[in-house]
Amino acid sequence: LPAAVLLKDTKLMDVKLGQLGSWLAMRDFTPGGILGAIRRGHERYYNKYINVRKGGLGGLSMVLAGYIILSYMWSYSHIKHDRRRKYH
Amino acid sequence: MLSRLVLRAAPAALRALPPPVAVGVLHTTRPLHTTQQSLAPVPPLPEKGGEVRHGLIPEEFFQFLYPKTGVTGPYMLGTGLLLYLLSKEIYVVNHETAAAACILTVIVYAIKKFGPQVAAFADKLNEEKMASALAMKNDTIQTLQTAIEEEKKEQWRAEGHSYLFDAKRNNIAMLLEANYRERLLTVYSEVKKRLDYQVALQNLKRQKEQDHMIQWVEKNVVQSITPQQQKESIAKCILDLKALSKSAHATV
Repeated sequence: LPAAVLLKDTKLMDVKLGQLGSWLAMRDFTPGGILGAIRRGHERYYNKYINVRKGGLGGLSMVLAGYIILSYMWSYSHIKHDRRRKYH
Repeated sequence: MLSRLVLRAAPAALRALPPPVAVGVLHTTRPLHTTQQSLAPVPPLPEKGGEVRHGLIPEEFFQFLYPKTGVTGPYMLGTGLLLYLLSKEIYVVNHETAAAACILTVIVYAIKKFGPQVAAFADKLNEEKMASALAMKNDTIQTLQTAIEEEKKEQWRAEGHSYLFDAKRNNIAMLLEANYRERLLTVYSEVKKRLDYQVALQNLKRQKEQDHMIQWVEKNVVQSITPQQQKESIAKCILDLKALSKSAHATV
C-alpha cells in the first residue's frame, strides 16, 4: 500500500468533495501565507503563459478578461438598474 | 602562470596519489559544482506557452471535459451559460454592450491582420539578443581556449630553459678558461721579458769588458812601439819586400 498522503499536502484537484471543508480549514490564512499563495499563483501563471520564447496572445488576454469579469461583478449592483425586464 | 606554479608545487609524489584524492588535495580552496543543486546552467525557456483556445480559455479546460462530453462539450456548456446569463439578465445588455462589441470587433480584426507581423518583429528582437549573448559566450570561450594553448606553449618553453642554461654554463666555462689561459700567457711573457733583460744585461757587460780590454791592449801595444823600433821594423820590411820582389822577378 502506498503511504497515505496527508490531507494538508494534497492538491486541490485531488481533494474529495466531502473533505473540502476540512481541507479549506487547514490552509494557511496568515498574511504571510496569503502572500505566499499569491506569489505562487503568479509564478505559475507567469511561467506558463508569459515567460516563454514565443508567447502568444492568450497570456495577456486571459488577464484582461479576468479583469473585465471582476469589474463587472463589482459594478453589478449599479448595472442592475439597466435591466429591461423586472421579473425573470 | 598558475599552472606552472601548480606544476612546481606538485611533484611526482602528489601525482602518485589516486586521482580523487589528488583532485581533492589540489582544489581544496575552490568549491566546484559537485552538488546536485547548482544554479548554472539555467534550463532554457520553454518554446511555447500553455495552449489557449480562442485567446480566452486554456486548453486544459477542454481536455478536462473531453472524457465525459466529447469535443462539443465545452461549447455546449458555453452556449448554455451564455443563454442563462442573458435570459436571467445577469449580464445586462445596455450601451456598454454596444461599445464593447465595436471595440472587440476592431481589436480582433487588428490582431488577425497584424498579429503575425508583430510576432515576427518580436521574434527578431529576441533573436538578436540571443545572438549577441551567444556571440559573447563564444568569444569568451575562444579567448579562454587560446589562453589555454598559450599556457601550454609557455610550459613547453619552460622545459627548454634547461637547454638554455646548459648553453650559458658552457659559455661561461669557456670564458673562464680563455681568461685563465690569457693570464697564463701574460705571466709567461712577463717572466720571459725579465729573464731576457737579465741575459741582455750580462751580454752587454761582457761585451763592454771585451771591447775595453781590446782597446786597452791595443793602446798599450801602440804606446810600446818606440820610434827606434818603428824605424828598424820599416827597414826590415823594405828589405823583405826587395827580397820578395827579386824572387818574384825570378819566377816570372
